Order: sequence, then C-alpha cells, then structure tokens
Amino acid sequence: MSQSGKPTALFKNLSAKIAAIPMVLTALMVFVGCSVWTIIYSFTNSRLLPSAEWVGLDQYERLWGTRRWLISIENLAIYGILMLILALVIGFLLAALIDQKIRFEDGFRTIFLYPYALSFIVTGLVWQWLLNPEFGIQNAVRNLGFETFSFDPLYNPDTVLYGVLIAGLWHTSGLVMCLMLAGLRGIDEDVWKATKIDGIPAWKTYIVVVIPMMRPVFITTLVLVTSGIIKLYDLVIAQTGGGPGLASEVPAKFVFDMMFVSQNLAQGFAASTMMLVAVIFVIIPWAYLEFGGKKHG
Amino acid sequence: MADVTTNMRRPSPAHASGPKPRRAFSRKNIMIYSILFVLAVYYLLPFYVMLMTSLKGLAEIRTGNIFAPPMEITFEPWAKAWATVCTGLNCDGLSRGFWNSVKITVPSVFFSIAVASVNGYALSMWRFKGANVFFTILIIGAFIPYQVMIYPIVVLLREIGLYGNLGGLVLVHTVFGMPILTLLFRNYFSSVPEELFKAARVDGARFWTIYFKIMLPMAVPIFVVAVILQTTAIWNDFLFGVIYTRPENYPMTVQLNNIVNSVTGVKEYNVNMAATLLSGVVPLTIYFLSGKLFVRGIAAGAVKG
Repeated sequence: MSQSGKPTALFKNLSAKIAAIPMVLTALMVFVGCSVWTIIYSFTNSRLLPSAEWVGLDQYERLWGTRRWLISIENLAIYGILMLILALVIGFLLAALIDQKIRFEDGFRTIFLYPYALSFIVTGLVWQWLLNPEFGIQNAVRNLGFETFSFDPLYNPDTVLYGVLIAGLWHTSGLVMCLMLAGLRGIDEDVWKATKIDGIPAWKTYIVVVIPMMRPVFITTLVLVTSGIIKLYDLVIAQTGGGPGLASEVPAKFVFDMMFVSQNLAQGFAASTMMLVAVIFVIIPWAYLEFGGKKHG
Repeated sequence: MADVTTNMRRPSPAHASGPKPRRAFSRKNIMIYSILFVLAVYYLLPFYVMLMTSLKGLAEIRTGNIFAPPMEITFEPWAKAWATVCTGLNCDGLSRGFWNSVKITVPSVFFSIAVASVNGYALSMWRFKGANVFFTILIIGAFIPYQVMIYPIVVLLREIGLYGNLGGLVLVHTVFGMPILTLLFRNYFSSVPEELFKAARVDGARFWTIYFKIMLPMAVPIFVVAVILQTTAIWNDFLFGVIYTRPENYPMTVQLNNIVNSVTGVKEYNVNMAATLLSGVVPLTIYFLSGKLFVRGIAAGAVKG
C-alpha cells in the first residue's frame, strides 16, 4: 500500500513506534532516568533542594550511623521474614482447606479475599481500633471476667511489630490463598489417584508431591509478597505512625520523612538507593531461577 | 485413618468410577467446616466491628463492648463523617476526599488503560526492533521501590507545571500502572489467532483501524479486568496522593488518615469508623460485584512475562 519507495528501517512500522512512545518514555525517563538520578544525587549533599556538590560516600556513612535507619532495617527484616513465612503457610492452608471439594467454596473465598480489596489505610485504622487497649479486644475479654488479660501490642515497643503483622496478614493472606488455590487446581488428578493407590496419606502427599510440583507458584507468590513487604508504608502510617517512639519505623517511611519532612534530601536518596539494592538482591536470584532455568529445561 | 481420609479426597470428575457416596457429616468434613468457619469469623470480625462501632453513640462505645451490637442505632456518625468532620483546613467532611478520589481515579483509569492496551497491542502484533528491550525495562521497573523514583518525578512534574495538580497525579498513575497493564494486554493479544490479524492486513487495514475495529471489541473482558484492577489500586493509593497533590486535592485515603490520626480534639471513634467504612465502599462494591474477574486481575500480577 504505502510502500512507494524503499521504506527506511526507521519508518517501517511507524504507527506502532508512535504508539509506543509513552512506553519508551516511561521506561527510559522514569524507570531508568529517575532511578539513576536518585543514585547520582545520593552522592551529593542535597538538603532542601538538590545540589550538585559531590561528597562521595558521606551520606551512606551517615545513614548507617543513624539509629532510626538501623531500627527501620531491623523492623523490616523481622516483619518481612515473619510475613513471608506466615503468609505462605496461612495462604497455603486456606487454599488446601478450600480445595477439599467443600460447599460454599465461593462464599469462603470471597470472605478470605475481601481484605485485599481494602486499602492499607483502612486496614491499619481498623486494626488500630481493634487493638485499642481501652475499648478493643483487650477490654472485651476483660469484660468477660479475665481481669488481668493483656493484649495491647500497639502500645508496647517490643510487640508493636506483631500488631502490624496481624493487620498485614489479614490483608495479604487472601491473595496468597488465591494464588495457591490456582496452583492446587493446576495439579493433575492422576497425581492424587496414584498416591491414593500407593496408600500415601494426604498430608504426606501435600508435602512430598504437591508442594514441590507447585514450585513456580511458590516462587511467584514469594516475589509478589516480598515486593509488597519492601513497599510497606501506608499500613504503618495508619496503624502506628511509626511509634511508639521509633519502634515501628520502616525504610519507606524513613525515605519519605527525609525527603519531604526533614529537608534532608540526600539522606533520603541514599536510603532509597539501599532499598533498591535490597530489591536487586531479591530479583536477581528469582530472575535466574525463572528465566535461566527455563532455557535449559 | 489414612484410608478414611484418602477415600474422601478428590472423588475425581468421574463419579461413575464409583467412590462411596460422600457423607456430608463425616468426621473430616466436620473438622474442615469448623476450621473454615472459625477463620471466616476472624476475617469478617474487623468489618463487623467497623460497622457496629459506626452505628453506636460515643457514650455507648465508652461503656460497652466493641463486639456488642448497638443498643441504639444512630446514623449520625455517618452523616458527620461524610459532611462535617474537620480535616486541618476545612470542615466539609470526607465528601471532599470522595470527590477528589473520583476526579483522580476516573481519568487515571482511563489513560492508564488506553496507553497500556495500545502498548500490549503493539508489542504482540507490531513488534519493532527494540520493542522488547523497552518492555523488559518496564517489567523490571515494576519491582523498583517507588521511593527511588518519587523525588525526581517531583522535579519532572514541576518542570512541566503539573506538580500539585490532579493532572500530575493522573500522569503518575498512568506511568506506574503501565507495567502490569501492558503485561496483561500483551498476554491477551498474543493469544489472539494470528490469522485474524493477517486477514485484516491483507484487507488493507492499518495499525489504528485494526486496533479500534477488531482488537478493542474482542478484548472487552480483559478491559473489564483492567478497569477493576486499576480502580481498586488507584482508589486505595496513599503514597502518590500525599506526595503529588495539594491538601485541597487530597484523595480519600489521605484525608481519612488525617481525620483519624489527628491528635487534636476528642477522639470520635464512631465517626472514625464510619469514615473508614466510607473509604472502603467503592473498592468493596467493585470486589463483590466483580467476583471472579477480580481474581483474574490478581492472577495477572502473577503471570510471568
């Protein structure tokens, strides 16, 4: 049709190229450009405004000497490990229970997944209210006659993280259930028949046969849950505001406060660069397992 | 014992193959249902408490039990949360945040899906040199913590005069929704039979004609999934809302947090819970109406590139 002359390589498929401009701009300007910008400016002494004065690794030295940052990292590590384990275990158990050919399957699934449709702000606020020692669960149990019952995780620096964890699990475990259920449904009926003939009990079949077969599902879930954990921010803001004291601070909040509250931009840049490094450590092994393995298999 | 449990499992699609008729009240079934029931109560409890608290008067909250239903139902907390509760500067309630969220969500959903569907279409049918490089960057970009990019985006938006505007926030949502949505549409369009595309090309149809006349009508289900996914995500967003808009444009989530976590004044727990529920109404409605499509949207996040 329009091939009048010899179309140069550039004009071949021109409409598609024009249509892809937003994607190209997003990829290059935001995902690559903005990340590189932040990394570069983490080596400057920017405070209220970005400045070009180079200070080398000073910001990183200061960052790792800051108590609040160290607490944030530690909190995220504890929260993250517990969240991963518990979300996977609870999600899998829920999926396995629902997969027993039960009645009202849709009903149960709807109930377990609805928290995921709510925002972290709503989640945090509800659980703040439920865990309120004066009026919440603690008070309700005390009213039953257990006068000394104590359950106020949010007001104790040692336990506040577990209070956040309860809310986080409530929000996320339905998602894990959903992914696991899809995985379980993908397993061939013949597997179950074969183990049944061999007389292997159900729980053993799950552990020895089914879970190893669901490896891709577990890996995907792991990556999804982990990237959610690293972004942990809204939930803490709504539920505890980082308190009591610094007891529930997390890296994402540290970055935000440095950039937009304390006017200490470069510290924020350095901290966010560290978050990026952490993500890279998660992503590379995953990409290797996912895509590296596929080519050989 | 092992025999009993394995017998009950998986009667297999072929009931004809003759497993014993399923007993509704076997020991195993009773156990499964009771565990599921207890868990369901745990998941529903927060919602129940929100609703009950929002219907009580403050006096009843102070003396009573959060799990008890209200003795006297009052809708005043709802009215106050919607229309008169104060947030810093103004006292016109959460309705302001609600309309802001509508003004943010509608264009953001529209633009992010428009851009991403064209991306997915171009990537699956009009592959050009280098297209996959950008796509890979996009997918990797989905894993970069937002914190790394938020400040340079402030600078960029300021340069083009969109910082603090709804327009700027819409742009941000379009950009950050792009990876997952592009993946969703690319996977969908890749499954469209190639003959269809080739036939259209033989008939002389070009890029946009094929997109609007053939692909768009075919892809309605996936558009619905994308709308569900994006509406929920954008409505629930907090971080971008708080960074890229001014207080008068704050979305509902930000306003809600400011109301409940404000340190001044008497804590009105019933109004707080009514406000919290109000913020959850839109995503919950979408969730309950969409059913399986919501799950499909979630699964899209899990699909490998």
